[in-house]
Amino acid sequence: MGYKAALKVWRGDAGSGALADYEVEVNEGEVVLDVLHRLQATQASDLAIRWNCKAGKCGSCSMEINGMPRLGCMTRMSTFSPEETLTITPMRTFPVIRDLVTDVSFNYAKARAIPSFTPDPAIKPGEFRMQQEDVERSQEFRKCIECFLCQNTCHAIRDHEDNETAFSGPRFLMRVAELEMHPADEADRRNIAQDDFGLGLCNITKCCTEVCPEHIKITDNAIIPMKERVAGRRFDPLVWLGSKISRRPEPAGTPAVPGKR
Amino acid sequence: MSTSDSASTSTEIERYPYDVVVIGAGGSGLRAAIEARARGLRTAIISKSLFGKAHTVMAEGGAAAAMGNVNPNDNWMVHFRDTMRGGKFLNNPRMAELHAKEAPDRVWELEAYGAIFDRTPEGKISQRNFGGHEYPRLAHVGDRTGLEMIRTLQQQVVALQQADSYEFDDPEARIKVFAETTITRLVKDESGRIAGAFGYVRDTGRFVLFEAPAVVLATGGIGRTFKVTSNSWEYSGDGHALALLAGASLMNMEFVQFHPTGMVWPPSVRGLLVTESVRGDGGVLRNSEGKRFMFNYVPDVFRAQYAETEEEADRWYTDPDHNRRPPELLPRDEVARSINAEVKAGRGTPHGGVFLDIASRRPAEYILKRLPSMYHQFKELADVDITKEPMEIGPTCHYVMGGVEVDPDTAAASVPGLFAAGEVSGGMHGSNRLGGNSLSDLLVFGKRAGDGAADYLESLGGAKPAVSAADLDAAVAEALAPFSRTDGENPYTVHSELQQTMHDLVGIIRREQEVRDALAALEKFKERAANVAVPGERAYNPGWHYAQDLRNMLLVAECVAMAALERTESRGGHTREDHPAMDPEWRKVNLILTLDGDKIDMVHQPLPAMRQDLLELFDVSELKKYMTAEELTGLTAPAAPAAPAASAAPAASESKEGH
Repeated sequence: MGYKAALKVWRGDAGSGALADYEVEVNEGEVVLDVLHRLQATQASDLAIRWNCKAGKCGSCSMEINGMPRLGCMTRMSTFSPEETLTITPMRTFPVIRDLVTDVSFNYAKARAIPSFTPDPAIKPGEFRMQQEDVERSQEFRKCIECFLCQNTCHAIRDHEDNETAFSGPRFLMRVAELEMHPADEADRRNIAQDDFGLGLCNITKCCTEVCPEHIKITDNAIIPMKERVAGRRFDPLVWLGSKISRRPEPAGTPAVPGKR
Repeated sequence: MSTSDSASTSTEIERYPYDVVVIGAGGSGLRAAIEARARGLRTAIISKSLFGKAHTVMAEGGAAAAMGNVNPNDNWMVHFRDTMRGGKFLNNPRMAELHAKEAPDRVWELEAYGAIFDRTPEGKISQRNFGGHEYPRLAHVGDRTGLEMIRTLQQQVVALQQADSYEFDDPEARIKVFAETTITRLVKDESGRIAGAFGYVRDTGRFVLFEAPAVVLATGGIGRTFKVTSNSWEYSGDGHALALLAGASLMNMEFVQFHPTGMVWPPSVRGLLVTESVRGDGGVLRNSEGKRFMFNYVPDVFRAQYAETEEEADRWYTDPDHNRRPPELLPRDEVARSINAEVKAGRGTPHGGVFLDIASRRPAEYILKRLPSMYHQFKELADVDITKEPMEIGPTCHYVMGGVEVDPDTAAASVPGLFAAGEVSGGMHGSNRLGGNSLSDLLVFGKRAGDGAADYLESLGGAKPAVSAADLDAAVAEALAPFSRTDGENPYTVHSELQQTMHDLVGIIRREQEVRDALAALEKFKERAANVAVPGERAYNPGWHYAQDLRNMLLVAECVAMAALERTESRGGHTREDHPAMDPEWRKVNLILTLDGDKIDMVHQPLPAMRQDLLELFDVSELKKYMTAEELTGLTAPAAPAAPAASAAPAASESKEGH
């Protein structure tokens, strides 16, 4: 059953790097991460790979396999033919640290900019009452394992480095949607979604949805409804008139963006 | 080549002063950090992985808390009783009491942080059935509860950082996460108090010293010491080893939980967890003959609480007040041993497990709703559709009940300034942990550890223990050693042989001679580990990281094997084929391990006595199954008036009234 697979693995650091050729044994039922581990244990002990659970639950082993953003632990070798050469490279959007490991700190910075869950302070722990049907929309988004493959593949970041400041990326626009749809959240993030997190930069090509290992419908269920909510607020003539008369910079309930100067 | 490289040999150390350093960023670590920060302390969180990736994400079933949302008969006393029974009465009773009492508040608190649990029709947090729990008790989110918990706590840390951002214009003013950073040594002052923690940053390989009077260990477990495990690479017993090396004591390391249901096929995913919720939601275990074999394995101590026929067991799912539980929901140790016995008797599946069948018992739609990640896991990794076919499963190393000996109320270890919470601590779960009691344990004792550290700092009154220079030099030399060897062995090889040895000789069923053989093998591994060499640079070099982890795994493995040899009885997560019975004399004993130079010392220590009011929560007839006559002399007139012939009582009263 076993065979030897030809692998091209990107080796290098922030300065330079190149694809290195390896031949590694493959056994029945294995995934790409198994084969990389065997490479590490037998030929390249210093090959840098980020991984944790090897069960598709932690979202650590994100990489590009033949150019496709994938989790190494959920990509079975049987999806490739034994003759095929596998090219394994780090996520392209993020700066390389070493080999297949990238610096994903961009994502943590974006996470920190989104105003957190804001419940009614009068509700004490244990007193929340929410219906299942009302929490399901947010629950879908909370399946996210933060593998950042959507962030990696979104061409608004991947091909436009200049968007990095203005655009939070699909993962964090989805976080905004999650909070906005949370039945117990009271803040209004619609304006800042557009102005600070770059909701308008998404042109709904659904690349993020395609690569999501959790099969979350990021575009259809998070981003498009957010765009509709923002449009509803901004283009409501009464809201528009109100904003002209009162000259309030933000509508009531809009939290300040942490870290914004 | 690399040994002459200045980057590899640099002994430069970056220093970070903090009030509290929490090692580990899973459930207990984050909860401890949140509490320490709430007490106004500058807190560092050290994470071996990226923030939000900790092993807690893999917890599936839920967090046990007697909120009584689904069955109003539930309360902390019932939860306490279930926990003690599950642990075969070896639990530290005070820990089990605190846990049962405080778990509901800790779960509700998560909701206030933004967690979104599944709901009951009244809009409360839904609770599900699980092995060993008398009532539906596990707060859950489908089968991804751990992910919900880690993300909630992660986002609460971020919320605290945002508060500091508004107030000080610096999000990291009072709480900071040091991701991908590994601690290799705790350092102390001249008088033996904790003074800080030393380690390296993964991406650069640079050394760091956290100077802090209080350290909370929240490093999780030891599963990577075994070959077939549900645990991630992080579970190399780091906290257990750091505690031992710092002079603290470990307890009851022989108790290792083998979860009954891990995947067995394909080989690359062997050990991967299949949640107990499959059984809680109606799944049953069958052997190759199609029989529900668990009915043959109900032990005497549990006979009163478990169904004797398939019909009664099946009725329980819809009418738990008038029927007894299915034996598939016995505590994990019982189920794992039974599966092992079936396979050994030749009634196993083609790949050496048994069948876990929910496909024939529940509609596909229900399975997809309740167990989405199990569906996903089997579909993607094994080409098995669990709505159509049974799963093949077998025991997998899942959890260590043993750990750092701590004070129940403050989580303080025996070394001043050292605290431990979660899986790395010992005592709470006795000889066997119930499913669902881990996530709640993390929250209850994580918070207590944060408080304990804060109280300790107050007691110091501003004094800062100074790091001993000798400690620091030794830590640097130890970390760099693998680079200085050029012809040593590869750490991966030693690790994989260690895992095989522990699996074969100190696994689910133990025998005296095999454990002795394991101890002899461990001596050899120690020599080999002292000679491993790693090529390359210090920046993100997994070979080097493995070499550091190997020390920890070997120390922990030796503790497990020594205690397993010493305890000549079978109880919970420790089964001795040559001593198959549970012995009431051994119930009174904790095995305490400390490090003396290179040698591990082991002593017998009496288990703390259970308070009278807690003892009275049980029927004397039940206590008699576990305790010696001498221990029960004060209990001739029990508060519980139940008839002594409890097992003969009708099923209806069984599940309602106290036992």
